[in-house]
Amino acid sequence: MLSNPFSAPRARHGRAPDVFRHGAWVSMREHRETDEVDFAIVGTGAGGGTLAALLAEQGFSVVAFDAGPYFRPLEDFASDESEQNKLYWTDRRVVDGANPIQMGGKNSGKAVGGSTVHYAMVSLRFRPEHFSARTSLGYGADWPISWQEMWHYYDLAEKQINISGPLTYPWGPKRPRYPYRAHELNGAGKLLAKGCEAIGINWTETPLATLSAPLSGPEGKSPPCAYRGFCRFGCTTNAKRSALTVWIPRALAAGAEIRDLAMVGRIETGPSGRATGVHYHREGEWHFQRAKNVVVAGYAIETPRLLLNSADQRYPDGLANSSGLVGKNLMTQSNQAVWGRMDEPVRWYKGPPSLAITEHWNYDDNKDFHGGYIWLGQGPLPNEWASIQTGARGLWGQKLRDAMLDYNYMIGVKMVGEMLPNEANRVTLSDDLDQYGLKVAKITYAWGDNDKALIAHALEQMGRSIEAIGAKGIFLQEDDTNHLGGTARMGSDRRTSVVDADCRSWDIPNLWICDGSVFPTVGGVNPALTTQTIALRTADRIGQLAAAGEL
Amino acid sequence: MTKPRYPGYDVLAKRNTPSWDEATRKVVDKRLATPDRPRFLTRDEWSVAAAFCERILPQREDAAPVPLAALLDAKLLADHGDGFRDADMPYMREAWRRGLAAIEAEAKTRHGGRSFASLSDEDQDRLIGAMADGGLGGEHWGDLDPQKFFKRRVLVDVPGLFYSHPSAWNEIGFGGPASPRGYVRLDGDHRDAWEAAEATPGHEKKAERDNRHVV
Ligand SMILES: Cc1cc2nc3c(=O)[nH]c(=O)nc-3n(C[C@H](O)[C@H](O)[C@H](O)COP(=O)(O)OP(=O)(O)OC[C@H]3O[C@@H](n4cnc5c(N)ncnc54)[C@H](O)[C@@H]3O)c2cc1C
Ligand code: SF4
Repeated sequence: MLSNPFSAPRARHGRAPDVFRHGAWVSMREHRETDEVDFAIVGTGAGGGTLAALLAEQGFSVVAFDAGPYFRPLEDFASDESEQNKLYWTDRRVVDGANPIQMGGKNSGKAVGGSTVHYAMVSLRFRPEHFSARTSLGYGADWPISWQEMWHYYDLAEKQINISGPLTYPWGPKRPRYPYRAHELNGAGKLLAKGCEAIGINWTETPLATLSAPLSGPEGKSPPCAYRGFCRFGCTTNAKRSALTVWIPRALAAGAEIRDLAMVGRIETGPSGRATGVHYHREGEWHFQRAKNVVVAGYAIETPRLLLNSADQRYPDGLANSSGLVGKNLMTQSNQAVWGRMDEPVRWYKGPPSLAITEHWNYDDNKDFHGGYIWLGQGPLPNEWASIQTGARGLWGQKLRDAMLDYNYMIGVKMVGEMLPNEANRVTLSDDLDQYGLKVAKITYAWGDNDKALIAHALEQMGRSIEAIGAKGIFLQEDDTNHLGGTARMGSDRRTSVVDADCRSWDIPNLWICDGSVFPTVGGVNPALTTQTIALRTADRIGQLAAAGEL
Repeated sequence: MTKPRYPGYDVLAKRNTPSWDEATRKVVDKRLATPDRPRFLTRDEWSVAAAFCERILPQREDAAPVPLAALLDAKLLADHGDGFRDADMPYMREAWRRGLAAIEAEAKTRHGGRSFASLSDEDQDRLIGAMADGGLGGEHWGDLDPQKFFKRRVLVDVPGLFYSHPSAWNEIGFGGPASPRGYVRLDGDHRDAWEAAEATPGHEKKAERDNRHVV
């Protein structure tokens, strides 16, 4: 009988689930709460999971907490959209503003491995100029890290995650060949390609974090992708290279401890003003873990929420918040789409949803607004497809049921677009309480004029591309967004940022933030590869700082 | 009566093939065995919900019915929602309780005390149409915005329940669960033997034959 990953923690008594083998365990080093561990990491997703592995591999003692369960993908994941809702962060949150962001499955995960357990695996590099958007392109903010340095760490990330991608990538400076070959295109991918060719722009196979050939070795044991198409709902074969299958096994092997079903409610600071550890809720009670350093990696909503909820006498406005920017400059990405019906069946449910991509409009500056965007092929499963019919077209009744009959003939392309930072878009604390008695996040969001201009441009271009290949009954999905960033931005000036280039908070030298919240701008591509890349760099920097006695 | 697009296709026929794994079988079995009686909702709420959901996704004679009220009740009982709420909306359970009560009150006011469930399809649709278009409001609703309730709750939850049911997958020709086997032929017009066959004009019989062997 399978145990229930929600009923009791799985990582304890010196062992943790072996995600690669049914019912098996790997041994796990454990730390006492009274031990002052080198690093307590809050969150085990793209940022925290990566950092846990790399810090443990350098010999630091690490305990990584996640509020979510420790899934065994081979056993716990069903091929079923609604059941897999269990992967998402569905604790309470409040949204408002002119364009409230849909949370839940649209935005964040709650599991060991974080949102990468359900992410769509699209693994892209920023356009180089997007790291210096302010000086090179005249908008947003500059990153405190050069694109050349990021390029170096992207190389490492792509190699270690085993990304599959095209032989040569059509845009941007040279990059090494992707470690795994590109996946074969499905019907939806081929149509994206045709549509791009029809309007005269480039396309390519999407670099994806799912294996196109078996993997066996110290990096894991996984078969190649079986093209079952449920990637957004958890991968049952482990072909997906998520934090749960890439970084967490490495972290454990190197001596890190993972604590699942462990919600951190507050970071404690001591008389010196430094962080002393974290209060966390596990198995029905609150505990305290002492730590020399605390890393917050809860993603762009939960990270500022935790920093704000940790306000104390010394830091009445929340931790790391002398700039006043914790929670501000929240950015999501525009995720609008165009959909239409083809004359021939497409059956887009087969294979990862986004096998083909165009990044043309990230690299073409001939536009009258700031920022860029990509678009990707799509393959929504029936529930999501129904929600698009209701959300974008307002269909219900017989009309909805009739429209759904065309499921196997539909195609669509969906953008991932840059939204600009704006302090009014922010995370604050609501008076609603969650199941632990903690104040929940209130998320306020409105699109700016530039955001709207970019969306309008993308909808027009995407519409042209599918019209050109004969899609009929084209309709727009105008209000969708996805991905989060910005609420604890990095920078080179403590007055205008929360952390420095090393993800170290300006105010509290042993408090670090390493996740999607540190992005000063979100660029026009999906974020997770960049998040993991930042974690790779941060780990190196922490090693250097430790060696220099500067931790 | 319209003819099914995928005659004879039944995703459940794949239950014991490599397209389904143990975890999936358990989940779908449980869904199919959802008790057909109120557990979270009161009897009165259930009867409004049943009639209301029926108009959001009308059943068809040629397809196995999807017990929407039971599935909604189960969802509310488990309280497995999306977590977040709009600042001017309550969380899922409360939104449904208040929404159903308001729909019932709305029906009674408009139709001389008759319950929503007893109205004709047309009258029910008119009321729902008014809710969808922002034409409802007033004291039954308190501070719950009827249009928002419709868009953000009803049109999210009810279609989600309907299209989680194997009978709906059959109707639209979705492959359904696909682990561990997945798919081999990735093009839309290349059908794996375990995918639904469509009844194209003149080839209905063949589709039906193929669909009997979707295993
Ligand atoms: C449906 C979907 C599809 C996506 N597809 C892509 C894609 O194709 N490509 C891409 O690049 N990006 C994609 N993303 C985005 C990507 O998954 C995220 O940007 C990325 O995972 C964020 O990394 P993170 O480390 O900041 O947070 P996460 O990966 O979300 O990890 C945060 C973790 O912290 C935990 N946590 C939070 N607060 C606490 C606390 N107080 N105590 C304990 N634990 C806590 C959470 O449970 C969670 O597990 C997708 C996202 C979604 C929702
Ligand atoms: S399509 Fe591939 S990556 Fe996606 S869930 Fe299936 S096996 Fe995993």
